Amino acid sequence: MNIVVLVKQVPDSGLARQLDAELRVDRNGANNVMGELDEYAVEAALQLKEAHGGEVTVLTLGPDQATETVRKTLAMGADKAVHVSDEAVAGSDALATSKILAAALGRLEWDLVIAGAESTDSGMGVMAHMLAARTGAAAATGARKIELDGDAITVEHQRENGYDVLTASLPAIVSVWDTINTPRYPSLKGIMAAKRKKVETLTVADLGIDPSEVGAGAATTEVLTAADRPERSAGQIVTDEGEGGRKLAAFLAAEKFI
Amino acid sequence: MADILVYVPETGKHAAEVLTLGRSLGDVSAIAFDAQSAALASEYGAAKVYRVSAEGADDYFVDPKATVLADVARKTEPAAFLLPSTDEGKALAARLAVDLDNGLLTDVTGLDAEGVAEQDIFAGATITTSKITKGFTLATVKAGATEAEAAPSEPVVEDVEAEVAESDRRVRIAESVVEPAGDRPGLAEADVVVSGGRGVGSADDFALIERVADVLGGAVGASRAATDAGYYPHKFQVGQTGTTVSPQLYVAAGISGAIQHRAGMQTSKLIVAVNKDADAPIFSMADFGVVGDLFEVLPQVLEEAEKRK
Ligand SMILES: Cc1cc2nc3c(=O)[nH]c(=O)nc-3n(C[C@H](O)[C@H](O)[C@H](O)COP(=O)(O)OP(=O)(O)OC[C@H]3O[C@@H](n4cnc5c(N)ncnc54)[C@H](O)[C@@H]3O)c2cc1C
Ligand SMILES: Cc1cc2nc3c(=O)[nH]c(=O)nc-3n(C[C@H](O)[C@H](O)[C@H](O)COP(=O)(O)OP(=O)(O)OC[C@H]3O[C@@H](n4cnc5c(N)ncnc54)[C@H](O)[C@@H]3O)c2cc1C
Repeated sequence: MNIVVLVKQVPDSGLARQLDAELRVDRNGANNVMGELDEYAVEAALQLKEAHGGEVTVLTLGPDQATETVRKTLAMGADKAVHVSDEAVAGSDALATSKILAAALGRLEWDLVIAGAESTDSGMGVMAHMLAARTGAAAATGARKIELDGDAITVEHQRENGYDVLTASLPAIVSVWDTINTPRYPSLKGIMAAKRKKVETLTVADLGIDPSEVGAGAATTEVLTAADRPERSAGQIVTDEGEGGRKLAAFLAAEKFI
Repeated sequence: MADILVYVPETGKHAAEVLTLGRSLGDVSAIAFDAQSAALASEYGAAKVYRVSAEGADDYFVDPKATVLADVARKTEPAAFLLPSTDEGKALAARLAVDLDNGLLTDVTGLDAEGVAEQDIFAGATITTSKITKGFTLATVKAGATEAEAAPSEPVVEDVEAEVAESDRRVRIAESVVEPAGDRPGLAEADVVVSGGRGVGSADDFALIERVADVLGGAVGASRAATDAGYYPHKFQVGQTGTTVSPQLYVAAGISGAIQHRAGMQTSKLIVAVNKDADAPIFSMADFGVVGDLFEVLPQVLEEAEKRK
């Protein structure tokens, strides 16, 4: 069982985030971390490996500093990593990102790819299906549970009012929600072991892609303007000194809710 | 007039909103896989309905519908193709983008006839405008982007017979489990949502949140801390990895207002917060806030509501 986990480094959502002068995510000023749902993807891969054997490879596309995120996945227990890093990629849209990731997947042996259901920064929630379209693998996305039985995979696809049970044959691409597991913290032993694990660094040319096909120049979408959301006009805050509920009720009545 | 394709998945408020947005841009041609969706399309002013019958399409995940949508798009060369920003809508849009080598914008909150779309990014802290520079305007539309307005029409109906190819039978929907919603309105559709967080403290005490929701005729929501702790089922989680809501009134009780929670409720028209910590971030977005114990404040609200009936 060879599993590839897709991991994206993103600015920490807990801190202020912004776009730079070129209207791209400012990754220099930010505290960069692993995508929140990608931690669940790594954990899901490790649990499947523990149950079924095999190898977990992490694949990331991002600037040099994404190495820190790669190290964390190796410390959690992934076996090796491929890091595609290339200046030419800056400003890529989802189509170009999927083209590069698909080419990188083409160089690896895999039965299963696990991604986050959506990234923490742009949150498009499209990558797994784009990769399925490009690789011809089955896509069973939005998982809250994954089960493997030989060549057969069963996924519980989370819906708002329930779930669908999806079945497919490998090779497959799965994406996961945070309901699927609780990601482990890297142990000290894991952190030490990670230092000896192999990280292969590739450029897009190494993947057989002409740099002019990716990056801002090739983008099929363009950001025109960016502005801070206007502050919501300051609301009325009252401190409850025995009348708080009544004041709230008066507000709700004035707004015609009661 | 410009030809606007709209995928109509189900009969809900969200689909009606996407149809309404489409109508503001041109003549809507709706793609419907069942009679209910087709009926919704004519209720919301579609000029044309592609009424697709594809034996077996419902038994397989995403692929059969994606193939049909791509075929219709190739044939009609629309000015725009809009889908609701649901898991399914995004999955279909992802397939369309790759199959047609066409740009894609997700989660748009507005769109004009020139194809300029508005998007909220960074959990709503920043608003961008973007457009597609390759192909037509392919976009998924976020719930609450527009107000749905009915405009009954008598659309031209074109029947589309589609075969589900073997290659689209890769992921089988073996079972669909619908968890009963109960008597309250659906979370995503409700005009009022009353949510409880970790501050509610227990599953039993969520009864208080339910009572407030019932008095206001609303749905019950919960923060992830509350669903993780088992106070309330996960399907009621509001936020980035739960449901996105955009009601007329959102009440947050015992919720601190973490960024992942705000991502799912910040476009609510009015926000009310009850929290005993005056520094809780939720107050910075509240139209009305009470700094106090929710177990003191909410029962008083119920009492007052009773009196006003
Ligand atoms: C604020 C913002 C808005 C944007 N809007 C658009 C837009 O409307 N249209 C457009 O075409 N592009 C857009 N982009 C660019 C787009 O986000 C990137 O191309 C991105 O790499 C793919 O989108 P995503 O991360 O949202 O994908 P998602 O589909 O949300 O990602 C899901 C999962 O795919 C995997 N994954 C995604 N990216 C990588 C990566 N680089 N390396 C490894 N694994 C990865 C991760 O497992 C992740 O959890 C936007 C970027 C930003 C910052
Ligand atoms: C990948 C990922 C995805 C996530 N997705 C979501 C999501 O979709 N939705 C979501 O909500 N969160 C999500 N989170 C979690 C989020 O970061 C917060 O942890 C969560 O929202 C906190 O919930 P809370 O406000 O109920 O709890 P807390 O932050 O613990 O806040 C509880 C609040 O209750 C107040 N309180 C306590 N007792 C009382 C009382 N008696 N009366 C009044 N007030 C009281 C406290 O002052 C405090 O402000 C996600 C996190 C991650 C990493």
